[in-house]
Amino acid sequence: MDTTRREFLMVGSKLLIMTAATASALEHVIAGTPEAVTTYNMADHWWAMLIDVDKCIGGGQCVRACKTENDVVDEPMYFRTWVERYHINMADPDHPIVDSPDGGINGFSEKYADGDGKTFFVPKMCNHCVDSPCTQVCPVGATFRTNDGVVLIDKEYCVGCRYCIQACPYGCRYLDPRSHTADKCTLCYHRLTKGLIPACCEVCPTGARQIADLKNPADPIHEYLRTHKIQVLKPQMATGAKVYYNGLDGAVR
Amino acid sequence: MPGVDGFMYPNEVELQWSVLIVLYPFITGLVAGAFILASLERVFNVQAVKPTYRLALLTALAFLLVAPLPLQLHLGHPERSFEMMLTPHTTSAMAMFGFVYLWYLMVVLVLEIWLEYRRELVLACRRSTGLMRVVYWILTLGSDNISPAALRIDDRVGHIITIVGIPSAFLLHGYVGFIFGSIKANPWWSTPMMPIVFLFSAIVSGIALVLLMYLVTSWMRRVHVDMLCVDTVARYLFYAFLVDFALEMIDLIHRIYEADESFRALDFMVKTRLFTSQIVLQIVLGTLVPLALLASTQLARLSERARVRLYLMAATLTLVGIFAMRWNVVIGGQLFSKSFLGYTTYKMSFATREGLLPAILLMLLPFGILAALVKLLPPWGDVPRAPVVHGR
Amino acid sequence: MNGRFKDFEHLLRMAALFAAGILLFGVARAELVPKDFGKYGHYRAGAIDDAAARPLTYAGRARCTECHEDVVTAAAPAKHKVLSCEACHGALLKHADDPAVETPKVDSQLLCLRCHAANTGKPSHQPTVVAKDHSDEPTCISCHKPHDPRTDQE
Repeated sequence: MDTTRREFLMVGSKLLIMTAATASALEHVIAGTPEAVTTYNMADHWWAMLIDVDKCIGGGQCVRACKTENDVVDEPMYFRTWVERYHINMADPDHPIVDSPDGGINGFSEKYADGDGKTFFVPKMCNHCVDSPCTQVCPVGATFRTNDGVVLIDKEYCVGCRYCIQACPYGCRYLDPRSHTADKCTLCYHRLTKGLIPACCEVCPTGARQIADLKNPADPIHEYLRTHKIQVLKPQMATGAKVYYNGLDGAVR
Repeated sequence: MPGVDGFMYPNEVELQWSVLIVLYPFITGLVAGAFILASLERVFNVQAVKPTYRLALLTALAFLLVAPLPLQLHLGHPERSFEMMLTPHTTSAMAMFGFVYLWYLMVVLVLEIWLEYRRELVLACRRSTGLMRVVYWILTLGSDNISPAALRIDDRVGHIITIVGIPSAFLLHGYVGFIFGSIKANPWWSTPMMPIVFLFSAIVSGIALVLLMYLVTSWMRRVHVDMLCVDTVARYLFYAFLVDFALEMIDLIHRIYEADESFRALDFMVKTRLFTSQIVLQIVLGTLVPLALLASTQLARLSERARVRLYLMAATLTLVGIFAMRWNVVIGGQLFSKSFLGYTTYKMSFATREGLLPAILLMLLPFGILAALVKLLPPWGDVPRAPVVHGR
Repeated sequence: MNGRFKDFEHLLRMAALFAAGILLFGVARAELVPKDFGKYGHYRAGAIDDAAARPLTYAGRARCTECHEDVVTAAAPAKHKVLSCEACHGALLKHADDPAVETPKVDSQLLCLRCHAANTGKPSHQPTVVAKDHSDEPTCISCHKPHDPRTDQE
């Protein structure tokens, strides 16, 4: 009698354990390839952006994608990123004519004739400055630069004083009329932390916009910076801007 | 784009700081200026201006209490504004200003007024009944001692507070200038002159206000104007104005001479969009005319009536001019693009949170508060003060 | 001595008021400042998590390839292979997570011309046409299949 009960218990418990193990294993098998558990570590990254003006065709897909991905207010005047068209008439090179119809979200219709001078497109966005003047002036600590080089805004803490908007030399900030807090490009931080690229880079048809991780030795940016002539916007402001432009004409403001 | 000439970065088209942010430096300037006039008597023993001493202090308090209100109306989240006190970012001029303001309000102004009025407060407490008695009792902090020894101590401490108060007043409004002057992104604002220019224009506006208040309240109370007093105050206004004018001219000449990358864009802006507010209101009507009026009283022998009339006109125009100066700095700094390729327009609304109507109401409010303060703490009449005993 | 204390006792009352105020401030600070404030710098550390937790709308090219490998292969020999699927097809995360969700229809006319209409601003390496001079066909896709737009292949 005892032996039978012990036997029963032994076999029974083994069966139970094995069933449970199989069941959980099966779960994984059924679910497909198990998601790679990504633990994003800020210390492993130092984000920057590369913009190649020679490649930009002024399509405006980046502007549209950014607004979609980041739920940016649809009113025409608020942009986390936008594209400017520069036209420089060779007879009057000191006065470039610049336009950005709706930030370039619908592209640019033709305005100039061939041979009239030089015309090109320049995408603009937050430069995620290392010595960011906007984070310097925030009175409460609602905007800051993370340890991986991205300048972010704390929407729960921002008081909406707009000092940061005044302090940005590049005009990349605005006050979100829905949340009454400052807002700007986040480098799609919610995508970067999941191993994805920013929405603007994703949709750019020519690869004019490339996200770069300066801490990644395999990142092509290292070679690129070595072999190209690179500029940042308003270098005299000493903001430590991390959006690197290739082919940036001196006329660009 | 409506209202835009040339090119503005898309996010720049709409102005960030409205007329309320013009009000704020104007009000704090009046406070600093009124206090500095008051301290002329207390610290530098300019006896002639004693009749304005208490009035100047109460005026400063009334305006300082209103000063944070335009800011609260402007903030996207005023309910979070206490964050500036709890987690102030020490690199932010705006954050540190919160403490400068608090210091000035509590340690300088409130203490000085309390010590100045303590004797009257105790006397008022003794002879009042009911609610007013409670109010006065609270204001005396429950202390009944107005013996000569106690009053002497009050006077000594008040003297020290005023001495501390002068650099504090300088800091108060110099800091507001620094809030603008430290923004390298904006060439209209970015200059080391900004705190100094703000400070001296504050002194000018404060003295003008007290002069105006004294003349108007004397007329309202039907009392004779102390001519020695107003002549002295007007003389100080004149001197301060000369310094202020010189400083602003230095800034202007410097800009024209250096002609850096921003110059053409700014020059164009002043000549077009800012013409009325800068050339007409600030420079001509607000500075040159009052200077001429004040100079005439210094250079020519004029009757009392003529002098009072000129002072009234000069003081009023001065206040208009200094307000225009704040407007030109705040609004002007946002009318041009940081690309230097375009301009936008300020569309000031009327009955909205940041419109003209709240601005007008906020400018009237300090006078209401002052009326209440004057009732509670009358600044008139010969104030017998215990003599300061030196070398104790 | 007693007389002297009596004469500045009122100052001590004022000082006590100030002390109470400072104490109140200290208490308020301890209570109201978020606990994770200052962990990495002068900001609320939780804000980084807030930023990272924002919802996505674009799936990213790798997700499309998981199911539509055939399209990727078809596009491989031509220039459009560098395009991300979502550059033309819009944000597709909802569809990638649940294929039953329809992909929005692509307005090819608008799309093709956005990149390929002649424009003085476009760099010279970008192939462009003046649409009305280019062909009598009504639409671009009459001759050019979007995934492999070459017309010299059959």
